[in-house]
Formats: sequence, C-alpha cells, structure tokens
Amino acid sequence: MFGYYLNLALRSLNRNKVLTALMVLAIAVGIGASMTTLTVMHLLSGDPVPTRSGTLFYPQIDPVTVDGNHAEPLDVMDYHSAVDLWHAQRAERQAMIASSTIKLRAPDVNLPPLMMPMLATTADFFPMFDVPFQYGSAWQAQDDEHRARVAVISAQLNDKLFGGANSVGRTLRLRDTDVRIVGVLKPWRPSPQFYSVAGGRFAHGNTADYYSKPEDVYLPFFSGLEINAGSFGVFNCWRVPDDYAHLENAPCSWISLWVQLGSSAKVSDYARFVADYAAQQKALGRYTHAENTRLRSLMQWLDYNRVVPSDVRLQTWLAFGFLGICLFNTIGLLLAKFLRRAGEMGVRRALGATRGALFAQCLVEAGLIGLLGGLGGWLLTLMGLWLVRQQPAVYADLAHLDMAMFLITFVLAIAVSLLAGVLPALRASRVAPGLQLKTL
Amino acid sequence: MDILPILSTLRRHKITALLVILEIALTCAIVCNAVFLVSQRLERIHMVSGVAEHELLEVELANIGPKADDSARTAEDLAALRQIPGVTSVASVNQLPFANSSNNSGIKIDRKQNKSSLNATTYYGENIADTFGLQLVAGRFLKADDYVDIDTAKKAFVAGDAKGLPKNTVITLAMAERLWPGQQALGKQIYMGNDLPLTVVGVIKNLVRPSIWDDATAQYSMLVPIQVSDGVYAIRTAPQERDRVLKAALEKLKQANPHRVVLQKRTWDEIREKFFQNDRAMTGLLVGVCVALLVVTALGIVGLGSFWVAQRRRQIGVRRALGATRGNILHYFQTENFLLATIGIVLGMALAYGVNLFLMVHYELPRLPVMYLPLGAVVLWLIGQVAVLGPAMRAAAVPPVVATRSV
Repeated sequence: MFGYYLNLALRSLNRNKVLTALMVLAIAVGIGASMTTLTVMHLLSGDPVPTRSGTLFYPQIDPVTVDGNHAEPLDVMDYHSAVDLWHAQRAERQAMIASSTIKLRAPDVNLPPLMMPMLATTADFFPMFDVPFQYGSAWQAQDDEHRARVAVISAQLNDKLFGGANSVGRTLRLRDTDVRIVGVLKPWRPSPQFYSVAGGRFAHGNTADYYSKPEDVYLPFFSGLEINAGSFGVFNCWRVPDDYAHLENAPCSWISLWVQLGSSAKVSDYARFVADYAAQQKALGRYTHAENTRLRSLMQWLDYNRVVPSDVRLQTWLAFGFLGICLFNTIGLLLAKFLRRAGEMGVRRALGATRGALFAQCLVEAGLIGLLGGLGGWLLTLMGLWLVRQQPAVYADLAHLDMAMFLITFVLAIAVSLLAGVLPALRASRVAPGLQLKTL
Repeated sequence: MDILPILSTLRRHKITALLVILEIALTCAIVCNAVFLVSQRLERIHMVSGVAEHELLEVELANIGPKADDSARTAEDLAALRQIPGVTSVASVNQLPFANSSNNSGIKIDRKQNKSSLNATTYYGENIADTFGLQLVAGRFLKADDYVDIDTAKKAFVAGDAKGLPKNTVITLAMAERLWPGQQALGKQIYMGNDLPLTVVGVIKNLVRPSIWDDATAQYSMLVPIQVSDGVYAIRTAPQERDRVLKAALEKLKQANPHRVVLQKRTWDEIREKFFQNDRAMTGLLVGVCVALLVVTALGIVGLGSFWVAQRRRQIGVRRALGATRGNILHYFQTENFLLATIGIVLGMALAYGVNLFLMVHYELPRLPVMYLPLGAVVLWLIGQVAVLGPAMRAAAVPPVVATRSV
C-alpha cells in the first residue's frame, strides 16, 4: 500500500510543479536556516570532555578582604590558595592553570621569533582532560616541583616549527630560557576552551572568546611562572599590588584550579575540605569571607558562565521563528493542493477506500515533500555553515555538520512536513464522495 | 468596493484565511523585532569614540627583557617616532579605545563608601590627550608636571608617600554626570581603587573604553597622569599620511632595537572595524533573514492566491457574465488580501510586543519603539498587495464565457 501511495504522491507532485517547488523550497529554506543555527548551537553548547566531564570539578574560594560584592566568590584564585589546595592532593587529580603570551623560537629553525599563547599548568592537566598526544607524553609530577625546563607543544606549533616531524627532545627558546620538548599534542580543539572559562557573569553575553583554540605551549606550572614572570593576565585585584611582575604575594586572583573526583562521596569530601581550608585561612587572618566557597561541576560551571554567546542563542530563536513561518506556508500550500484533488479523492472514497486510507495517502505525499525539502535543507545547511565559517567569530572553524546533525536535518524536515500535512490531510479525507462525483 | 461579500466568502474558507493571517502575523512580529535589532546594532557600530578616528595609528611591541631600562627605551622610541615627518603627536599609552584590553578601576566619591560608585577605564600615558585628539569641555588637560612614572607611583603607593603619587585626573562628561548629576565636576575629588585620591581638573566630551560590556557605561573613562612603558604607541598624523608614517615608524623602532616582536601595527580605523565585526556580521544575518522571511511570506500569498483563483474560476465567470468589470474582480482580490493582511498585522503587533518583552528579559534589549509597528504594517501591506497582484490579474482575465460552460 505504501508503494502505491508513494506512486500516487509522485504523480501528484509532478502534476503541479510550481506548487511542489514552492513547498519544497519553503521547507528547505526553513530547515536550512534552523539547522545551521542549531548545528552552531549544538557545537557550542556541547560537552567539551565527554569521556569524563561528570568527574571534573571547579573549586572556588573567596580571598577578597575588602568590602563589596561577596554574593559569589571570585571566578579564579589567588596564588596561595590555589597552590595550597593543589599541594594537599586531596582529589584524584588536580591541575592549576595560568595563561600568558610568550616569545618563543626554535634555536635550530630559521624562523623569526613568535608570540604564542602559553599555559602554565601541572602534570595532571593532560590525563585529567584526556588530552591526546601525537609524540612523547606529558611531563612527570616531580617535574612540577623541580621546576623542570620541559614543554609540551600543540600540533599546530609543531607543524609550524618542525614541519610536523617528531620534535620530542628538541629545544625551544622561551624568552631567554631553553626548554626541552617532551610531548607533542594531536590536534585538540575542545569546544568551549572549558578550562580557562571564567568571568562569564560580567560578559553580558559576549562570550565568543571562550571558544578560542587551546594554547600552543604548555609548561610545568612553576617553571612557566618563572620563565614568563610579569606576563600573566590578572582576573582581578582587590588592592593595588606592589609588583605586577611577581604576583605570588599579590592581592590578585589569576590562577584556576580543576580537580577530578570519581564519586559523589569524594565530591562531598572535597567540598568539606575546601570549606575547612577556607575556615582555617580565616582563622589565620587571610580570608574574611570564608563561608563563601563553591564546588561546581564542569557543566555547572559552563552553565553558570553562560558560555554560549547570546548572539548565537538569538540566532537560534530567529531561525525557529522562521521555520514556523515556513510551516504555516506549507500548510496553506498543501491545503490548496489536496483540496484541488477533491474529485480524485471522491472517486477513491466511492470505490471503497476508507478515510484512514486517504489520510495516509495525503501524509505520504506530505512526507515525500518533507524528504525533498530535507534534501534541499541539507544543502542549504552546508551553505549556511560555510557562511558561518566565513564569519569573523573565533568559533567559526568549528562549524561543520556531524553525523547526528545530518540525520536530524532529515528527521526534522519530515517531521515538519508531516505536521504541516495533518490538517490538510484531515480536510481532504473528509471529502463527501457523492458531492464530488456529481461535479465530475 | 463592498466588503461584506468578501467577509462572507472568507467565512467559508476559515482555515485558509487563518493560515494567511497567522503567517502575516508571525512575519510582522519577527520582522519588526529583527529590524529593531538591526537598528540597535547600527547605532552601536556608529558609537562615538571621542578620538581623532582617521588620524591615529597603533604600534605595539612585546616588551621583553630587564624591566629596569623600559622607561629609558620608551623615551628613545618616542623621540625617534617624533622625528618622522608628518607625525603630529606621539604617546606611550597603556591601552587604546576599542582595542579590547581592559585596564579599569573602581571609582568612589567618598573614601568610606562600601561599594564603588562605578567602574571606569583608566588611560595612562603622557601626551595622550593631544595624540588621541580629545575634546575638552571644562577645565584643563593634564600637564607635564602632573605626570609621574608608574614605578615611582607604585613605590610611593606602597610606602604611603603622597609625594610620588598622581594627584589630578581628567574624566569624561558621561562619568561626571553619573558621579555628580547636574553639578560642576571640576575641583571634586574621586578615589581610584580603594584609596588613591585624585582631583578632577578637566572634563572631556567623549572617550570610549577599550572593551564594552554594557553600552550604557561605554563612555566611563578617565585620564590618569601616569607615564607607562608597555610598548604601546599611539601615533597621530594626517589621514593621507598614515600608510607612509606607519611604515616609517616600524623601521625606526626596528632600528632602535631589532629583537623586539611587533604585536600590532594598524590604523585606528582597523581597530574600530575589528571591534564591531561581530555586530556587522549579525546585522548582515538579520537583514538576510528579514528579506528571506518577506520573500517566503510573499510566495505563500502567491500560492494560496493562485489556488483561490483557480477554485473560484466559475464564480468569477458568473460575476463577469452578470456585468462585473475586470477592475471589479481585480479589486475584489486586492481588498480581500488587504483585509487579511490588516487582521494579520494587528495580531502581529501584539505578537511583536510579546517577542520584544522576551528579548528585553533575556537579551537586555530596550523596549520596541512604537514607530516600528506602523512601519512594519506598511511593509506587509505592500508585500501583500504585490504578491496578490499576479493571481488577481489572472482572475481578472477569466472570460465571462466560463460561466456558460459545464455548470
């Protein structure tokens, strides 16, 4: 029966090509617009570390000693709090993070010096965030303490400096210090660059920068602080620091701490540990707002920072409004199409077809239009994503259609056309056979 | 033209009529809000900066090496840049408007205040007012003897020694109005951070911040008399000299020290262009969506109109046979479309208001000005009339003889 309906639908679509084209076009444009924005939304709001995001947590404490807004603790930590918590090693894994830009060149490569983003972090960073390696490996835990002069570099930097060859063991000159490369990452592009997300509550929706590419150079935390002293970005200072070049004792927050906690018992233990630490610091006179601590999970932290740029969310709303209009349009056109064939429907009813059969036939036709619209919508989505990639936004390079979104394109197109077809199909199947036969 | 027969016909085609109405309403709501968004973005793109826009250049060098000789090196750089023919003014600054940095400070008007009155951008650098081309509205600019070196200032601050600290400041009119509404700002005292007192000696018309989180506070900037050596140079020259001067400046700086990395070399126009590139992309997108929406709606009206005409061929023939002119038939369909569009527009305006409320809550957008509604109405009426013209003309072309066939 389905084959027969399909055959009928094809004939019917062929009969009035302009009307068919209009319907297919309406669905294709609506689907193209909404799938383009939905894909961008999907890429930007996804889970950046799907393998273990449930076990990653972001502790926050409030080291600010001046009055002011203490509703939420600062987004990142001061040096002493971060190092103390990291030293305690109470979590399964823990990584401190501070970022800066560093001047670098490879002494045995004839290229002018480059300014590259550098991340000072601790050894756990790589296994904890599941960072993939191409050559070599991360440095060892003792390298953090010993301030070893070693580095891990990104695939892009390895391509640029060493033409993609295995550069483990080669030397990199960072400012005036030579470091030995111990690892080269595979291309790695988490979306967002979750580990340095902070300050979203002040961003007023302009959060596109959270989707920047990861840094190109990774140094053991204390080595990085030493080598690139004076270049680290500060999140906030609550008093004027004595010396911006050495922020270790400054009343400034500039270091993030991430921890991995495998079970809910460990999470509550760690939360208690952070609270105890804060209370102890208050007793020592270093904190004034000790009770102000948080331990958010990775996804909670991203939500709290509202990482998806407000422009992208707005575009998604707009696209679905657009799809709604295309839906109304298709309902109208389908109604026109089905009612025009009332005579044919009357004959089928008179020959014994049930209302249900006519309804099914109409829906098959609507579905077929949806399939064609989906095909057009898929092409338009590819074009839309190409347009997004031409945009100046930092996340532009991420905009590609994955398998899931490809399938959703067609599912959505057919669902929309079936939805549009319900009302016209109901009207068409209610045709009174006698009345129609008379007019033939 | 009689409206009653049209209404009674529409009553028999409720669903089709309703669809046209809903489509027009939704289009009206979205287009009104989208055009409003576009106008907001355009207004933002044309935000006043307060600087001599087409005369400024920026060169930024990475300052690497021992910190001690920074100020001497900066003085050499400035002297070398001043020698370039065509350069009218040079300054070593901490940041440039729209350049995306963010060096700010909380400002209090009373030392004992718990929370800051506002947060303002702090511009450092001797000669900054001349180089930026700022416009004074009251008082005076900062003079050479107001300025102190940043390292001296820091040491003085730590030591609690008032002698080495900056004492005066120049603030924007917007900031003055916010701090002391309706009062003269000159001579008043503000506190930067928690405890650095500064006296307002001048008020400038405009000076926009380097990063803008909230457009309402975009002009909260102040000049603080501190000399900096961050390697950020602002150079002012005549608009037509910019390319040559930029090239010459890079050469001079390279000569002075060939090992420095150039981080930025650009005109201020480029800075502005880059700052608003997302707004410009969004504007393009919104305009594209509006056009597509209107086209889809027009196509829908054409499709349904054609169907309606085909369905009523015989009635039209009868009317023609009974003496209706082609003009009557044409007007019938045009009036019908006008009626549907009007109902749609009325509904659409209510919907537009609703969408605007949603945007106000979630996207910090202001209220939709009332003037957008009649504008949207006119556009949709026009589109409806243009779209229905084709089907209506076809209807008018139906010959009266149709009435005699196969009734």
